Amino acid sequence: MSAAIEVHALCKRYGDFEALRGIDLSVHSGEVFGLLGPNGAGKTTTVEILEGYRDRSDGEVSVLGHDPARRELELRRRIGIVLQSAGIYGHLSAREALNHWASFYPRPRDPEEVLALVGLAERGDLSARKLSGGQLRRLDFALALIGDPELIFLDEPTTGFDPEARRAAWETIRSLKALGKTILLTTHYLDEAQALADRVAIVKDGRVLAIGPPRELGAGAADYRVAYRDADGALVEQQTDDPTRTLHELTEAALARGERLEELSVGRPSLEDVYLELTADADDPATLDTTDPAEPARESATRAGRR
Amino acid sequence: MSHTVGGANPVALSWRQYRLERRMFWRNPSAAFFNFALPLLFLVAGGAILSGRPHDLHLLVPAIAGMAVMSTTFTALAYNIVFLRERGVLKRIRGTPLPTGAYFGGVAANALTNTALQIAIVTVAGRVFFGIGWPRDWLELFVFVLAGVVCFAALGVAFAHTIPNFESTAAYVNAVFLPVVFVSFYVFDSKSAPAFLRNIAEALPLKPLIDGLYAAMVTGTGIGEHVSALVVIALWGAFGIVFAVRGFSWEQRRS
Repeated sequence: MSAAIEVHALCKRYGDFEALRGIDLSVHSGEVFGLLGPNGAGKTTTVEILEGYRDRSDGEVSVLGHDPARRELELRRRIGIVLQSAGIYGHLSAREALNHWASFYPRPRDPEEVLALVGLAERGDLSARKLSGGQLRRLDFALALIGDPELIFLDEPTTGFDPEARRAAWETIRSLKALGKTILLTTHYLDEAQALADRVAIVKDGRVLAIGPPRELGAGAADYRVAYRDADGALVEQQTDDPTRTLHELTEAALARGERLEELSVGRPSLEDVYLELTADADDPATLDTTDPAEPARESATRAGRR
Repeated sequence: MSHTVGGANPVALSWRQYRLERRMFWRNPSAAFFNFALPLLFLVAGGAILSGRPHDLHLLVPAIAGMAVMSTTFTALAYNIVFLRERGVLKRIRGTPLPTGAYFGGVAANALTNTALQIAIVTVAGRVFFGIGWPRDWLELFVFVLAGVVCFAALGVAFAHTIPNFESTAAYVNAVFLPVVFVSFYVFDSKSAPAFLRNIAEALPLKPLIDGLYAAMVTGTGIGEHVSALVVIALWGAFGIVFAVRGFSWEQRRS
């Protein structure tokens, strides 16, 4: 597999502040790569350097064989960008905007097809001012796809979506992957990274803390976890790198005492466990929002209570 | 700059951008009003005040024409650039293969069209309502309008860099536009203006532009008599271009 993006020792400084402190990663052609991390971790800075919006302070970067800092038209014809937030002309309809954007590219897709793909076919003639936030986000997708790019940057593409719109966006992203597109996705939703990404890099404070397929990410770090309830009903959790031995010892002892090990389980750390462990920050425990993105945390807490 | 690939010819792209800007302009009623109704209102109001004083009416038409050049370029571009920058439209465009020159070519041609339309309206209104003849020197009119457009368009883009957010655009623009217009009109009209005001007005680009338009539209004294006015406009234009390019920001100002 060839690399669509290569990043080596990437640094970015704003005055005394080091936003990126040596990022290394490579994104293979045809894969969905997720950049995961809390707000302020450096995800957007990294992506905007790759898109050609920002200059780097140090390091090597290659995007489809080009240095994005040189801002060549040739590169911009082959990439599509969904920014975290970007406006559009309020007095144009989605259809007009797509037709205009199509003229920038040598081999654009059919605007009608793209409108249908993002689910805006019926709203295509409405002026952008009259579209809802979710519909505008779909227009962002459509404008990024109109040039039929090989490589697509999605910066927090589903932030603010309701669950249904998120599923629809995920389907669009999967269909792009099925077409062989390479996708670099930033998100602070774990479930999104887990659902979409072939590989994930966890970023914090301008560094890559872990990189790999979401399922395997935890393997090296925290090993296995064995949990059960003891005779007093308290939950006991042990970490081990040899679960067979641990289980054997536990069950042997329990049998000898004539106890049952209630709720006995053996687990591998999930992406969430790895993420929370890696990004744990004593003075800021709430950097990650693991709740449903469409719901404020308060509300989902009360729901859980009701269940 | 890269060579042409597929449909991406920079001139064709510029033309498409221009047509898009025109379409959006007519769909925005407030922009259309400020561009077309306002100079006519000034003309009517000024005409009513000055009625029966033919000499002053002859001054009024080129003065309004000069103001129209400034409002369709300086004011309109400062507004537009700040709006598009703060809304993130410029950043989005920056991420596409639309060449920067093609984009600004379309935007500038749009402003130039508004200026030309306004000069035409003011000229026709001057003839119909105030009995002023057709411009005496069309070439001179063309040269001064073009110089004024380049100068004030560049200054408008440069000035946009100083405006921190869209909400304060009106305050920033009017803080420049209104004093410049008043001083220039006053000095242009009054022979007894104090010397320091006269010096200020002569050093700013609007009064020299109005002088040139007056010569072209009313007296017919040729460009040769007004080289110094052109030089002042050109110097401001050069200053504007340097700062328009140097300070240009495609993205929102972070506060």
